[in-house]
Amino acid sequence: MKRSNAPVFWGLFGAGGMLSALLGPMLVFITGIAVPLGLVLPRDFMSYPRMLAFAQHWAGKSFVFAVIALFIWHAAHRIFHSLHDVGIRTGAVAKLIFYGAALLVTLLTLRALLVIGF
Amino acid sequence: MSARRPYMRPMRGWWRRDPFFVRYMIREATALIVAAYALVLLAGVLCLAQGEAAWNGWLTQLRSPVSIVLHVLMLAVMIYHTYSWFEIMPKTMPALFVGGKRVTATTITMSGLAAAVAAAAALLALAWMLRP
Repeated sequence: MKRSNAPVFWGLFGAGGMLSALLGPMLVFITGIAVPLGLVLPRDFMSYPRMLAFAQHWAGKSFVFAVIALFIWHAAHRIFHSLHDVGIRTGAVAKLIFYGAALLVTLLTLRALLVIGF
Repeated sequence: MSARRPYMRPMRGWWRRDPFFVRYMIREATALIVAAYALVLLAGVLCLAQGEAAWNGWLTQLRSPVSIVLHVLMLAVMIYHTYSWFEIMPKTMPALFVGGKRVTATTITMSGLAAAVAAAAALLALAWMLRP
């Protein structure tokens, strides 16, 4: 019997769902509201030298990669499976588009993080 | 064109019939915002890799009123995502037994929400300690 690839996508969906449920709200607040407005955290919290150092450190690099990749795999899986609910008939092409987009985002993130260096 | 035209039941508006289905659809739709935020961060990482000018351009965009409003909306949806994620966790995880007794759905949901509050507080505390 051919092995199903569903557990892999389900696993990425679950991991991304859990990470975004735990950290998503606070991340949106910090990067999109607090720092831009200088609320709670200073405005230069995300200045270029600081964020460069953060993304060059292995821990910061791993964190950025995990957040972007898992969030996008979670979303791609969920949106793909919701297409049926809004009356769109899906097949291999739709699957390729959605998981392909998630893979593209993952690879772009990976490449940018490698360009940023260590 | 094929002569055979199988009947396909129309799907339009089925979920509006029942509040349970409406909640389901809102829960699934939170993924759009999770994707949007991932793309915002991807743009940031791509700018960071390009250098200081590109990074400062991304920061300037984040300070625009449109961005602030969108992030407030994203925050609201993200909080709902957190709530709904742990609301359905009793159904998505295998049954959990402690001391021979099945852990109730309410306990699982509440533990998950408590973990989310703790994680958010820890992240903010970490950011506070790392501030310039």
